[in-house]
Amino acid sequence: MAQRREGTMDRRVVMGAMLAGRKDALIVAGLGSTCYDAGTADHPNTFYLWGGMGSAAMVGLGLALAQPKRRVVVITGDGEMLMGMGALATIGAKRPNNLAVVVVDNEHYAETGMQPTHTHRGVSLAGVAKACNFPTAETIYTERELEAAIPELFGGVKLMFADIKVNTKRYPLSIRMRDGAHIKNRFRENLLGQQAFD
Amino acid sequence: MTTEKPAGAWPAEIFDVLKKVNIEQIAYVPDAGHTQLIKACEEDNSISVVSLTSEEEGVAMLAGAWLGGQRGALLMQSSGVGNCVNALSIIQECRFPLLMIVTMRGEWGEFNPWQLPMGQATPQTLEQAGVIVQRADKAEDVRDVVHAAAMMTFSSNRPIAVLLGQRLIGFKDWSK
Repeated sequence: MAQRREGTMDRRVVMGAMLAGRKDALIVAGLGSTCYDAGTADHPNTFYLWGGMGSAAMVGLGLALAQPKRRVVVITGDGEMLMGMGALATIGAKRPNNLAVVVVDNEHYAETGMQPTHTHRGVSLAGVAKACNFPTAETIYTERELEAAIPELFGGVKLMFADIKVNTKRYPLSIRMRDGAHIKNRFRENLLGQQAFD
Repeated sequence: MTTEKPAGAWPAEIFDVLKKVNIEQIAYVPDAGHTQLIKACEEDNSISVVSLTSEEEGVAMLAGAWLGGQRGALLMQSSGVGNCVNALSIIQECRFPLLMIVTMRGEWGEFNPWQLPMGQATPQTLEQAGVIVQRADKAEDVRDVVHAAAMMTFSSNRPIAVLLGQRLIGFKDWSK
């Protein structure tokens, strides 16, 4: 095995760059640190998951199928993605061209005591996505690579996967909105208008 | 005693109901009892049909469908109900609608003893996870039960599972 390469980017810098480049993309944020990071630039087009670990990518698939003209980007953590890894096979078999799955990968379960995840022990999520029929799947280590990837992740017209390596720095919880029904209703009203309540 | 039954008209009746209530996404883990319905959905260009690796994916997918303004249904067998439990917390906390159509195993003339633990625990497991449970055991009831469940879930934003009894589907006669 090749020598492991450490993630050096700061997760909040990574999230900030992605949210600045989101355009009108619909975002599904997976539970844990990525959900809190996404909350640093709150937007009604972001659906925050505070639970249902392993579900983020599939929420993104259902949304992408329902909104074929909108770009949908799932942003989640490595632990969350590992728990629902079958979703990569399901998505790769369906191949929607308006969906991107992005993992902010610190290689640890940051919320539960910083235990290493499988990505710390040689498992490549980009490799899994590639084997699962994703036309594009890459591992991103540098800000230059990230800046190059963001326009296509958030505005492209093909199914994409990106695993973005970050360091293990933790931040205080930064999102106040926890009520699931409110998060759902806000997202739907902003996207669907009056139809949201028909 | 009836063992394996020909499917009869009820799968086509479920399909008619799904069309009538404007279902546009179907997520499924296959079951022999759903064969005809899955085929009908796949042949309909206005329905996105997604085959899952595990049932909880369908719970999450249909939450996403509703976020995007579409209605969906999850087709599965009772042996997958336990897989759904944690994902169902999304449905309950966010008050998403969810229509689950669950073919039963392990409850009537089951030949495979390994099906009994999940089959017997299916109604309670769903109820404990906050899902309203309704069921049909007779072919003539299927259309109305599925229709009523669909109307209620999408007007109340609460999850409903329709259990299709094993007696309806029939069982494998292992004595042959």
